[in-house]
Amino acid sequence: MNKAQFGSPWMPYLLLAPQMLIIAIFFLWPAAEAVRSSFYLEDPFFGTGTFVGLDNYRDALSASDYRRTAIFTGIFVLLVSLLSLSIGLMLAVSADRVLRGKSTYKTLLMWVYAIAPPVAGLIGVMLFDQHIGPLVDFAAIFGWDYRIGVNYWDTGITMIIVATWKQIPYNFIFFLSGLQSIPKSVKEAASIDCSSQNRRFWTITFPLLAPTTFFLLILNIAYAMFETFGMIDLIVKDQPGNSPVTLVYKVYRDGFRGNDLGGSSAQSVILMLLVLVLTIVQFRLIEKRVHYN
Amino acid sequence: MLRTKIYDHVVLLLGVFLMMGPLVVAFMTSTFDHVLIHKEGMQVGWGGKFIETYSTVLTQQGGFTGEVTGWLMTQNSLILGVGFALGKIVVSMLAAYAIVYFRFRAATFCFWVIFLTLLLPLEVRILPSYEVVQQLGLLNSYTGLIVPLIASATGTFFFRQFFKSIPNELVEAARVDGAGPMQFFFDILLPLSKTMMAAIFIIMFVVGWNQYLWPTLMTTDESYFTLVRGIKQIMQIMIGADIPKYNEALAMAMLAMLPPALVIIIFQRMFIKGLVENEK
Repeated sequence: MNKAQFGSPWMPYLLLAPQMLIIAIFFLWPAAEAVRSSFYLEDPFFGTGTFVGLDNYRDALSASDYRRTAIFTGIFVLLVSLLSLSIGLMLAVSADRVLRGKSTYKTLLMWVYAIAPPVAGLIGVMLFDQHIGPLVDFAAIFGWDYRIGVNYWDTGITMIIVATWKQIPYNFIFFLSGLQSIPKSVKEAASIDCSSQNRRFWTITFPLLAPTTFFLLILNIAYAMFETFGMIDLIVKDQPGNSPVTLVYKVYRDGFRGNDLGGSSAQSVILMLLVLVLTIVQFRLIEKRVHYN
Repeated sequence: MLRTKIYDHVVLLLGVFLMMGPLVVAFMTSTFDHVLIHKEGMQVGWGGKFIETYSTVLTQQGGFTGEVTGWLMTQNSLILGVGFALGKIVVSMLAAYAIVYFRFRAATFCFWVIFLTLLLPLEVRILPSYEVVQQLGLLNSYTGLIVPLIASATGTFFFRQFFKSIPNELVEAARVDGAGPMQFFFDILLPLSKTMMAAIFIIMFVVGWNQYLWPTLMTTDESYFTLVRGIKQIMQIMIGADIPKYNEALAMAMLAMLPPALVIIIFQRMFIKGLVENEK
């Protein structure tokens, strides 16, 4: 469908000017700068740079620290996405079925969406605090000496729990609206054909939700990669050996604390490529989704 | 049938416990005395120090310079949230209007440049973004805080999608009646977009209010601190003391959480609509 359009030699440019200006200054310029400085070895004190080709990339990728961070990021992203998707789905399925108290449940389950990641991180740090945290006492019942900031995996598990908790409402909202858009006639027909609630879910409802799930999976991966920054910043202590971080956090730490501009930029560019791949996959899926509908 | 019903309510109640439990405990603990918390851990119940703790957090001069108060940070958070949401709506609406309703040569090019911004989140280009803002002399200013965040074009895509769904006959009728592009925008398009603008405003307000990384880099002057940005520093100061002021740190967290939570709860329907439509 073609829109009837206005023709004006200057007006569209005027309308686009603010957006394009902001993009040029605060997006294109920095992005180009990141790519450029990833090929240079910069001296942070004198501001001089030497062209070093792909050295920064080689150094970044071959460091054992990088590999360790990449492995943790992989585990983190996988667990956070899968856990928050499955819990969100489970809650949405129940919320879709109940008649009484539906909106109260919805409100209470959504609330956490509003919380900023660092605030979630702060609450998590308190709950798992060595002195005052009730969850440390809870872990102690099972003989688990939970030490956040001291034990690498204890800190990592805290991150995974907090990040999952924060993401559940998002998945819940999308799954619920997906479930509600399934036509009533389909649901009724399904309940006549198939008496087992469980089987009905897996053979009819879940396949209908598949496009939503794929789409959410990508968004969850992006969330776990990027938006968890503030949470991690609150949870990790300054000793890197005891605290796992994600790749995005490492870009920040190496660049701002470590003053390793070239190395940090190279890591940025690697992440950019990763996002590019994710986005391409996402668009493929959206095309598929149109097909489904 | 009854069994499923019970199962559903049990699942939902467990979910509510899981989601709300930490918040309730955090809030309750913030009403207790810090010495008691230090000795006995986080609390469930009413500590009776609600007014004392919260008024201290709001008015007490804290931070490194001793000038920043919770109230000041709340104001900064509001400026960031509202400024970001309004800025984003204005900029992206204008851009989407140009792309959908005008025929011009650079249209495709502009569209792709805007599209490009969706690919790279701020987090992967923080360092160079910081340098650019520094070179422009925008560190520690509201402009430097808000404008770079508007660079990602999610809003533009949303309005583009929405404008495309508006029937073509409206433009044709307007043109037959002799309305120019300005008149069409203000008299027809704007009133039609009201609900959508409100939905976007709610989402973007929450996104803006909750910004952390960018404000952390951008503002070193404490008078520009937002609640979310200040939370780490404040926490370190409060918890660095001999007897950590856990109650005040938690009260700060509650303050940082309250406005976006209220907005989402009050405008729940609109929020869900906006969120689900926007991400498509």
